[in-house]
Amino acid sequence: MELLECKKLNKSFGNKKILKNINLKISKGKVIGLLGKNGTGKSTLIKLINDLLTPTSGKVLIKGKEVGIDSKKIISYLPERTYLDKSMTVDKVIEFFEVFYDDFDSKKARKLLKDLDLDTTQKLSKMSKGMQEKVQLVLVMSRKAELYILDEPLGGVDPATRDYILETILNNFAENASVIISTHLISDVERILDEVIFIDKGEIVLQSNSDELRTKENGSIDEIFRRMFKC
Amino acid sequence: MNFEFDNNIPIYIQIVEQLKKFIISGTLVPGERLPSVRDLALQTKVNPNTMQKALAELEELKLIHTERTNGKFVTTNKKLIDKYKKEYAKELSNAYFSNMESMGFNKNETIEYLKNLGGEN
Repeated sequence: MELLECKKLNKSFGNKKILKNINLKISKGKVIGLLGKNGTGKSTLIKLINDLLTPTSGKVLIKGKEVGIDSKKIISYLPERTYLDKSMTVDKVIEFFEVFYDDFDSKKARKLLKDLDLDTTQKLSKMSKGMQEKVQLVLVMSRKAELYILDEPLGGVDPATRDYILETILNNFAENASVIISTHLISDVERILDEVIFIDKGEIVLQSNSDELRTKENGSIDEIFRRMFKC
Repeated sequence: MNFEFDNNIPIYIQIVEQLKKFIISGTLVPGERLPSVRDLALQTKVNPNTMQKALAELEELKLIHTERTNGKFVTTNKKLIDKYKKEYAKELSNAYFSNMESMGFNKNETIEYLKNLGGEN
């Protein structure tokens, strides 16, 4: 049984079709890049998988069951924009996560935050954007989830912070879990990807093992992407 | 062990080549136990699956072997290491000769040139 499966998934807002007939299978133990230009439907797809939007038609199955309460228990999601109340301190947020998620490992979160030299009595609003992103990521990666979905985890942070984020992802995803990373910063992430999914104009145009794709198309994923989606 | 990657070439192939060089050069000593797949992946900042694939390839080449429950070890077969060393030396030399040839040195001239260069030191 697949960890995640999308079957004939469609999503429209009004008469604007955002996702068209998405068929997708993702198995466990993989790091997958969901790659596409801005506005091609990446975040919409992610929101459907997280049951934050309802499909116009089609299904999203997690371990064979339609998304809902059970799927939320095993998916750890990093949204593009924070949902945390920025007037909370980091300590408060950790408490919040502890209550909210059975699989949250607060010891691990505290250890990772300590490595960042972070004062946990500080309010989120007092931190830099980069630091806020790191805190969010630490929280998300401190869950012992079966699927991690990270929407643009590298958006708007400097290259050194990007490295930190990628390392944190690699070092902390639970064994046998899968990670979906949506991004358009391909050259930064391609090294850690097992598989890539190219999405364009609401359709999946390619799903492949990344090393096989490099061999077949004779180039980096970044280059192949640029070739394929030249504006 | 320091790894640098070129995104244009499959990552696992680059890992295989790197580890091969480490074994040939003695950075990895015959009989040495390799770190776990996960640790190696962390060190090189690649995906554990990719590292796993690279190690499987090295195992195919007989440069490492797995002892059940104990981990993976560098081969103690010096002859085999020597064989790969010679192969690698040949590859490097051929590349050098063909570079020199593109500048108009034939093989003998190149060898002469190298001898002179050695004499200067």
